[in-house]
Amino acid sequence: MLDRLTEYFFPKQVSTFAGDIDNLFFFIFYSSVALFFIVVFGMIYLALKYRHKKGEELELTSSKDHSNLLESLFFIIPLILVSITFVWGIRSYLKMVIVPDNAIEIKVTGQSWFWTFDYPDGGTTLNELVVPSNQPIKLVLSSKDVLHSFFIPVMRSKMDALPNRYNVMWFDATQEGVYDIFCTEYCGTGHSQMGAKVIVMKPAQYEEWANELGSDDDSVPLDELGAKLYTKKACNTCHTLDGSALVGPSYLQTSQMWGQERVFDDGTSTVIDENYIRSSILEPQTQIVAGYQGVMPTYQGLLNDRELDALIAFLKSLNEDSQI
Amino acid sequence: MSNHNSDSPKHLKHYFANVDQQYETSKFAMWAFILTEVLTFAGLFVAYIVFRSWYPDMFVDAHKLLDVNKGLMNTIVLITSSLTMALAIWAIQKNNRKLSLLMLIATFVFAFCFLGIKFLEYSHKFEVGQLPGEYYSYMGPEVVHLNNPHIFFSIYFIMTGLHGLHVAIGMGLIAWLIYATYKGNLSSEYYTPMEMIGIFWHLVDLIWIYLFPLFYLIG
Amino acid sequence: MSENIKQNYLNHPKGLMSWLLTLDHKRIGLMYLVSGILFFFLGGLLALVMRMELAAPGNDFISNETYNNVYTLHGAIMIFLFIIPAIPGALGNILLPLMVGAKDVAFPRLNLASFYIYSFGALFAMYTIINGGVDTGWTFYTPYSTQSTSNVVPMTLGIFIIGFSSILTGLNFIATVHKMRIPGLTWYKLPLFVWALYGTSLVQITATPVLAITMVLLILERFLGIGIFDPALGGDPVLYQHFFWFYSHPAVYIMILPAFGIISEIIPVHSRKKIWGYKFIAYSTLSIAFIGFLVWGHHMFTSGQSVFSQIVFSFITYFVGIPTGVKIFSWILTMYKGQVSFTPPMLYALSFLFLFTIGGLTGIFLGAVALDIHLHDTYFVVAHFHYVMQGGTIVAFLGGLHHWWPKTFGVMYNQTIAKICAVGVFLGFNGTFFPQFLLGLRGMPRRYATYSEEFVELHSYSTFWSGILGISIFIAVMNLFWSFIKKNKVDPGSNPWGAMTLEWTHTSSPPHPHNFEEEPVLEHGPYDYDKVIVEKTYK
Repeated sequence: MLDRLTEYFFPKQVSTFAGDIDNLFFFIFYSSVALFFIVVFGMIYLALKYRHKKGEELELTSSKDHSNLLESLFFIIPLILVSITFVWGIRSYLKMVIVPDNAIEIKVTGQSWFWTFDYPDGGTTLNELVVPSNQPIKLVLSSKDVLHSFFIPVMRSKMDALPNRYNVMWFDATQEGVYDIFCTEYCGTGHSQMGAKVIVMKPAQYEEWANELGSDDDSVPLDELGAKLYTKKACNTCHTLDGSALVGPSYLQTSQMWGQERVFDDGTSTVIDENYIRSSILEPQTQIVAGYQGVMPTYQGLLNDRELDALIAFLKSLNEDSQI
Repeated sequence: MSNHNSDSPKHLKHYFANVDQQYETSKFAMWAFILTEVLTFAGLFVAYIVFRSWYPDMFVDAHKLLDVNKGLMNTIVLITSSLTMALAIWAIQKNNRKLSLLMLIATFVFAFCFLGIKFLEYSHKFEVGQLPGEYYSYMGPEVVHLNNPHIFFSIYFIMTGLHGLHVAIGMGLIAWLIYATYKGNLSSEYYTPMEMIGIFWHLVDLIWIYLFPLFYLIG
Repeated sequence: MSENIKQNYLNHPKGLMSWLLTLDHKRIGLMYLVSGILFFFLGGLLALVMRMELAAPGNDFISNETYNNVYTLHGAIMIFLFIIPAIPGALGNILLPLMVGAKDVAFPRLNLASFYIYSFGALFAMYTIINGGVDTGWTFYTPYSTQSTSNVVPMTLGIFIIGFSSILTGLNFIATVHKMRIPGLTWYKLPLFVWALYGTSLVQITATPVLAITMVLLILERFLGIGIFDPALGGDPVLYQHFFWFYSHPAVYIMILPAFGIISEIIPVHSRKKIWGYKFIAYSTLSIAFIGFLVWGHHMFTSGQSVFSQIVFSFITYFVGIPTGVKIFSWILTMYKGQVSFTPPMLYALSFLFLFTIGGLTGIFLGAVALDIHLHDTYFVVAHFHYVMQGGTIVAFLGGLHHWWPKTFGVMYNQTIAKICAVGVFLGFNGTFFPQFLLGLRGMPRRYATYSEEFVELHSYSTFWSGILGISIFIAVMNLFWSFIKKNKVDPGSNPWGAMTLEWTHTSSPPHPHNFEEEPVLEHGPYDYDKVIVEKTYK
């Protein structure tokens, strides 16, 4: 019964957390249906039972206008239901935001009106996101112009793509297939056509596909480009790759601290992530790492978005290299 | 307001039961209006705080381009005008119409001075190109390294501009008060408009008391 | 009632200028009512155009550009020109002073000014339409709205101006409720419609200034490139969303609270029963108004807020649900041991209860962050807010019109047609919007001019029923106006529903130009059906 209802209400469940979200839906759904029938049957029953029949005298009616028991029930029952909903909603939500460590990272860029996907091994696709099944995929979203929103109904996941910062979403596809992607933040004339497809392949098949894509070599992979920029943009003057401190903190150290807190000279701290790296390149004076001088110039205007992505990818790749 | 003896003085509107009710209503609505004004500026203060936290260095360096002396002068001028406004109300309560008139004129003159000084400040900024948004063109040595200084000046001009607009509106209201007092329409019997405009004027003053340190002083 | 009963606010004084320059709250209310209904029909027409386009996939009726203009104008007109001003401006203006026993609102001149400010703002909106429309959505999200070549500035300027009208009306009402009540009319003896308008007004004076500032910043962003909202200039589009929703979420309560007030009047009167939980309803109005200010972030669950903000906003959102639920239960229990008549206003009220309950419950789905991520910006949201705004506010508004029509105009409409229309509105509404919940669950995004084949069936249902909804509403309103032509007058002393509030018991229908011939003396509370029998007098 529930399965058939799920099929009727929802698109297929393809991500690992889709089932959980659908269950949450059905919990609220059944509670709501129950409350709704109480309200509507109560209403119809009372309205009919106490209807004013033709020819009946107008009378003084009951002065009853409260009942402590009922009133406390009005508070307590909805309160219990919404508390469960809230906690369930948050628990499921946390599953949706905590990206597994082994996730493959794909850069998603929205632009009026198409999506571009940059793969970790180099190569770019347009309006076709190809991913392996049973493998966490992390999408780092941004936009080149106005707001867009990246929505994969079968994964039950969605996130806005913004022009000035990165947003992250992830999923782990459980079934191979081709599924819809929609843009759900209004972005102008072509908004309704800004669809794409996600193609979920068996891992082996994906491997093959990715190799082929990489060998095309029409665009340099992000981290390789980053390695070039590292010297080309003179980052190496102040930041080393071997962990030793020069004028600024070493890339290796930053990379190894990925996801951890970094403390600044004013006592505040931030988790090292894409947004932090981006802002520390564009706004180096905002947060100065404790123990260093704030002398770095801003790179605003010197690096385009892809180059920023590249540097971030390069920095992140250092950590994995050292572990090998 | 207890000394209203006449049953229906000419300033009593027909839909009020008595002058007390009329006075209370005006005063209540004025305070509600002040709440609205506070929220209007609150939106802009939030914008100020947000951008200050994003671009702290830029804010610190850009604020040095403002003229603290002129700002301080304006602060003194405006506080004094608040005082004269209060004195005008005190005088009319004592039925001293002459003094009240004098104080209103003083308030008007101070307000004019405020706008005059503001005009000098603005015109200097226009000359050197310290303008909001796309019109920002100033590239002096103090700011070349700054990130988006135009945002500081956007916020500066919007907030002081909106405040200036309030001063100008206040001047119009005070001018009307001067006329009404001169004509003898206001007295210790009925001075509600003066009191209401007084409340408004103090609010204008108060907002400046916040704007001055936020833009000119905090480094 | 005395001899000069023939004199009422409609026929005295006479002449066009006496209307255009009137300081009478009832006449001002009428002018709001007429303009409100015109805009309602305009917005409704746009809605039908949208449904026509969506009847089938592909652009077989209008182009993407036209569709984007149509849906933006539909939203902006319905919200800023109709729903927000209509109930407070029309019904509120006509009824509030009567209900508190005052001769007028606290500041009649301001009231008239408020109407003209509204009209002036509406002119800008009309200019926008004539000049080719605006295509940003009624939310005007940056950076699209700073780049769009359509008429963003005239429209936002119009909204900015209308905001002042909202603020002035709010100030006026608050002062009136606080200071203009007749002696003996204490807070707990006020009709609940007055409480609702009071809560609404509080939100109007505190939230609207923030909208005004947001619109100014948006306009300046377009003219000067100030860099507050435009990411290319160092600004932040998400900040715009915070600003916008800080107003626009409370604005939802500006739209729905007056509807709650109307329902709180209709149900006890037509059930001839003391209202259940008067204080609960009164206080829940205020608490909804207050909590409404703290939940704006739930419009931004997919914008990349911090996890902490998501949790907090989700948590607070549920606290709007509790007082709302209390109200619904109280309205239903009001009928207990009453004498319920199925009059047209009562049918609208019952249909409100049905529809608003769905609207409210679907809000619970959207408040759960994990689920909202799937449903955000899909047709589920479209259906949800139409159940609240149309199924709630507009149905209540229609109910209120039918309830106070004989009072306001001294004429009675054809009640049978009115009942049929009420049923038609109910069926048409459900037929139109219920399928949209399913569309949303299945992943149909909103603001799409075209869509893929899988959604055809539900969309065509929706379009079919929207026709029935449109026709029902049109006939319902025409039926009201037809009562003028038929001159089906009621006696000046008529109290057809047997209501107990001052506007029914102490003045004629239509009311005296100065509201009451002599200062009313309060004899009983607004819903004392357990103490006094008020006859239903009709004709």
